[in-house]
Amino acid sequence: MNKVPNNHAWWLVLPVFALVAFSAILPMMTVVNYSVQDIFDPSTRFFVGADWYRQVLQDPRLHDSLLRQFVFSACVLAIEIPLGIAVALCMPTRGRWASLCLIVLAIPLLIPWNVVGTIWQIFGRADIGLLGWTLNAAGVSYNYASNTLDAWVTVLVMDVWHWTSLVALLCYSGLRAIPDVYYQAARIDRASNWAVFRYIQLPKLKSVLLIAVMLRFMDSFMIYTEPFVLTGGGPGNATTFLSQTLTKMAVGQFDLGPAAAFSLIYFLIILLVSWLFYTAMTHNDQTR
Amino acid sequence: MAEIRLQQLAHSYQRQPRDAGDYAIRAMDHVWEQGGAYALLGPSGCGKSTLLNIISGLLEPSEGQVLFDGRPVNDLSPEQRNIAQVFQFPVVYDTMTVFDNLAFPLRNQGLPEERVGRKVREIAEVLDLEPLLQRKARNLTADEKQKVSMGRGLVRDDVSAILFDEPLTVIDPHLKWKLRRKLKQIHEQFNLTMVYVTHDQLEASTFADKIAVMYAGQIVQFGTPRELFERPRHTFVGFFIGSPGMNLAEVRTDGDAVRLGDIRVALPGPIAARLPALAGSRLQLGIRPEFVHLRSEPGADAWPVEVLHAEDLGTYKILAFRLEGAIFKARLPEEQPVPEGRAYVTFPAPWTLLYADDHLVEADA
Repeated sequence: MNKVPNNHAWWLVLPVFALVAFSAILPMMTVVNYSVQDIFDPSTRFFVGADWYRQVLQDPRLHDSLLRQFVFSACVLAIEIPLGIAVALCMPTRGRWASLCLIVLAIPLLIPWNVVGTIWQIFGRADIGLLGWTLNAAGVSYNYASNTLDAWVTVLVMDVWHWTSLVALLCYSGLRAIPDVYYQAARIDRASNWAVFRYIQLPKLKSVLLIAVMLRFMDSFMIYTEPFVLTGGGPGNATTFLSQTLTKMAVGQFDLGPAAAFSLIYFLIILLVSWLFYTAMTHNDQTR
Repeated sequence: MAEIRLQQLAHSYQRQPRDAGDYAIRAMDHVWEQGGAYALLGPSGCGKSTLLNIISGLLEPSEGQVLFDGRPVNDLSPEQRNIAQVFQFPVVYDTMTVFDNLAFPLRNQGLPEERVGRKVREIAEVLDLEPLLQRKARNLTADEKQKVSMGRGLVRDDVSAILFDEPLTVIDPHLKWKLRRKLKQIHEQFNLTMVYVTHDQLEASTFADKIAVMYAGQIVQFGTPRELFERPRHTFVGFFIGSPGMNLAEVRTDGDAVRLGDIRVALPGPIAARLPALAGSRLQLGIRPEFVHLRSEPGADAWPVEVLHAEDLGTYKILAFRLEGAIFKARLPEEQPVPEGRAYVTFPAPWTLLYADDHLVEADA
């Protein structure tokens, strides 16, 4: 095929470029703008260079919530991915039960974040919540508002309840896409159930798992509403994750400069980690 | 290694089959003898793969029994039947190397690693997979993958039988021939029962000693390639085997002979004797294009025909002609000139067969 160089073709890209500019680049540039200046009012501004960046990178409050954030996301992935795969494997493949399972699984996904937070906030209360009351009645001392471990467990269980369905549904669709002949060949080869999972199902699930891992990482790393409603970040700062710290900084204290600098760092961390996941999971495809 | 016997076997994919059309396999009895190389030949959708999956145990038949060496195996899983099967499209374990793929069935049997290595290398050599042994299976081309698939079937030498479900569909034509030879060699070397499903008659006759032709859920004829060619027992066999297929023309009875239009075709005594019993059946006269005698000059017993057109296929010619309104084909040797307009044909008696309701009318019934 002959390729004809034609620079007019760039005009065809222009609409997309304009759209992306308005939806992503321009809003982000305002943040960049704030992150390198100290702005008091529209006519009073000072260029501060990388000062805000230096300041937030040395802020122990942010270090703490960044660490908490990584631990939280790691827990979320470590629980939800295997659990989601397990649920998908246990689901019926066809018939009425399959439809019922799909509907039940989809329900948590349809509930708004703050409602989920409220549900668990009430559910876990020791005086009127079914979970909290039952646990305490059974002799387990449980209070998510005062005990750090209880608060963490509740936030994690809530996230698992809310989002494992997503992983399970993705895996379910991935499993349904595996042709029967693979299972038939495995039976002929006398493969054990474990071998079928390890050598057929897991490799074939790889692309959906990649999506699941990335989505769950990004979402859990950006989590805000649910812990905010449930624990308000407490007890103390025990469940104050990054976005909550950031919100306090930007909206509570109106420190727009440091908040803008931190937003960009936050964004870059998510980008970097997502890229690492992607590269790690697709790396093998290129090697022979 | 086993003799595989099918008894009154039938299968329907519907839960409550009502009539014959609901059956993918219609009641059949059949025996695949131990050590034979067989082909199961038929058009797409005739039930070949269904039959194969029933033999291997992937599918449970609705009716009848499968016996290995006289032992019913209906309730046994494919593992217990110890069957190897190669599918139409390559199935490889993506994350494993070619070596591990080939070793997989052996390791699952718990064979010692040293024997596994020896068997795998032996099969890899037969299939020319040696240079690829350390490669990941997912990076192979389609025909390499299919060779790995076949290798996994061939690597176990204790199997009752190896079943091939159109294994060469995705393989390049020049490799096909080579692989078929390889399969044949392996068959001779290991004395295994092999059943090879295909819709390609050439593939069937180069691979198999005996061919079972399947049509609409039934084995309509089981015989050597020569038997299928010379005495098709069903009009479908006549039509499906040979290129072009058998000429078939409807005829009606006329005393001890049949009539094709205005022509009276005499029948051998024993066949003619059966004619009265066939009243009411649909009768067809069949003759292979190879056996039609065609000349440019009139002769005794020769019928005049109208020559329609001829195709020169390089090594022979196919000539179409009209006789009593029906169109026939004749195969002429390359050196025979093509007659213009009018020619004269005879149908030699030994090769002129009579079919009643698609089944061959035979002398001793």
